[in-house]
Amino acid sequence: MKKKLAVMALAAATLSMMAMPVYADDLVTVGYAQVGHESDWRTANTQNYQDVFSEDAGYSLDLVDCDNDNAAQLEAVRTFISKDMDYIVIAPIQSAGWDTVLQEAQDAGIPVIIADREIEASDDLYDAWVGTNTTNEGITAGNWLAEYLGDKDANILVIEGSVGASAALGRTNGFNQVAEEHDNWKILDSQSGDFTQAGGQEVMESFIKSYEGQFNVVVCQNDNEAYGAMDAMDAAGITYGVDGDVTLISFDATHDGLQYTLDGKINCDVECNPIQAEVVKGVIEKMQAGEEFEKTTLVEDQAFVAPGIESEYATTMTDEVLAGRAY
Amino acid sequence: MGNFKKLAQKRLFLPVFSMILVMLINVVYDIATGSAPLSFFMISIKNGVLYGRLIDILNRGSEIAILAIGMTLVVSASGGTDISVGSVMSLYAGVCCMILAGYGNVNVQEYAHPLLVGIGAGLLVTLICGVFNGFLVAYMNIQPMVATLILWSAGRAVGLLLCNSQIVYVRVPSFQKLGAYCGIIPTPIIVAAVCVAIASIVLRYTALGTYIQSVGINKKASRIAGFNSAKIILMCYALCGLCAGLAGMVATSRIYSADTNNIGLNMELDAILSVALGGNSLGGGKFSLAGSIIGAYTIQAITTTLYALGVSSAQAPVFKAIVVIIIVVIQAEPAKAFFKKLTKKSGKEAARA
Repeated sequence: MKKKLAVMALAAATLSMMAMPVYADDLVTVGYAQVGHESDWRTANTQNYQDVFSEDAGYSLDLVDCDNDNAAQLEAVRTFISKDMDYIVIAPIQSAGWDTVLQEAQDAGIPVIIADREIEASDDLYDAWVGTNTTNEGITAGNWLAEYLGDKDANILVIEGSVGASAALGRTNGFNQVAEEHDNWKILDSQSGDFTQAGGQEVMESFIKSYEGQFNVVVCQNDNEAYGAMDAMDAAGITYGVDGDVTLISFDATHDGLQYTLDGKINCDVECNPIQAEVVKGVIEKMQAGEEFEKTTLVEDQAFVAPGIESEYATTMTDEVLAGRAY
Repeated sequence: MGNFKKLAQKRLFLPVFSMILVMLINVVYDIATGSAPLSFFMISIKNGVLYGRLIDILNRGSEIAILAIGMTLVVSASGGTDISVGSVMSLYAGVCCMILAGYGNVNVQEYAHPLLVGIGAGLLVTLICGVFNGFLVAYMNIQPMVATLILWSAGRAVGLLLCNSQIVYVRVPSFQKLGAYCGIIPTPIIVAAVCVAIASIVLRYTALGTYIQSVGINKKASRIAGFNSAKIILMCYALCGLCAGLAGMVATSRIYSADTNNIGLNMELDAILSVALGGNSLGGGKFSLAGSIIGAYTIQAITTTLYALGVSSAQAPVFKAIVVIIIVVIQAEPAKAFFKKLTKKSGKEAARA
């Protein structure tokens, strides 16, 4: 019986090895464990990786869409290890719980690059980090608001992202840092809209009832939430944007988001740049050549403001800016 | 007192009582914070549409209420739950928006196909999903949870495939109508009301309700009595699929897009919970549709209350859980028996005095 099992196991192992794709020798294999496709931003990020790590550029990219499932992502990384990829790139869904699998990758001798989001693991477990700093984005949004309002009072409502997501935490912290410096700013309430349009709409509907006529600033932590908030304000007859009573700040700067900024509906849209693959590729090239590389590389964020607003922190939207965007 | 006792014995007393209890939390909060005590219940017309927290509850609760109709039938007939409804909602979104926008388009200003074709195809697909679930349960004798687990995981995935894993926007005013306002009333409320009305009329004026209950109480005995038990179970699942489609229709039109990742996410749990909160046994058999609908709006009332109280988003699930536990325990048989004993005792004491 044992023998039979052993033979079967052997056969299965051989089969699975045969099923593995055969990579051309000269292609550098990169496994990318992507978060999912929950937003336009994520889609743009995926597209960017697919464009940059093309076969023409000498790469074979294995991109796994983990659909916001933490377990699936750990599994994807383990699969990369078993396939013996040359490099592994992870955009972590959750910041904690990575120690074991990172250790496995290190034992297998595969360099790991953490992309986009931050991770709670000892930094000798991975080789490099490339991403944006969401706290910076929050600070940028706060600085812009301070510049825009001048000495005016701010009564602020915040629609947060998913509870515990690092983007939500960072944007909240960054913005709060700036808010604390201003005595005449008051954050009336802060609730989660789960980074979705439906969530943003529902939270805004409730805010309007709780703080009717008391708020003049709404901060949405991504564009989808901002669309929902706009629908809710439209329904209640509250005006927003450049010509409105409420100043609307959003994050992500997706194509649709910037279109609304260009139309003057969103005052300021802060970008967490999804075009990160070039920087990741740069790090990999240096690793490949055995050169020194930066342990952490920050992809710069930027902000866009509606036409008619000039700011030292942000670019004023024009048709050309929108047309020139990669996504 | 006698009147109250009579009232308390009514089947719907506890579900209604729970809902009122949830809303009373707001009154207490409003008094404590010094605002008008009944501000939660105020309804006015603002910007040409109905405006108020109660309207929010009715509006936002529409999807759960529609789902609760189908779930009640399924629970009653088969003694099991259909856990695929949330996923099927998302599948509706994928099918409908893919057809309306044309495959591969992400953001359109006009229809590629007429609106009714999109909605019709979406509802047809969800009906087929329901029939599929029903076939597995009724004719293959597969456990309901296992049978519906298939579409629970596959439905959303197919929806994503249809939309190329992207959020497909259909920015046409007539498409948004179903999720926005019809006159001064939010359209979702009307859709839910029509669904509930049709279901109640059919169940009241035909023998269908009795058939379903008898199949749920004893499938074999019903068959021997001359009912086609399997057919009735199949029909319940098919209707449940259709209800999921209708709920998906509302959810999709609200955000005029197929956000397949998030539409209907975890909604199956809310639907099952609303059946339970309505005082229905999840073991099948006798059911009260009104109870489930009240349960559905109770769930939404909890959510809206948490927003109104400004409970931080990290703590909200805990509060929700506590409220749900209290409601479920009040309705549990041992608790009911305990209260009965209590009232009897106090009655005796009063008599002695």
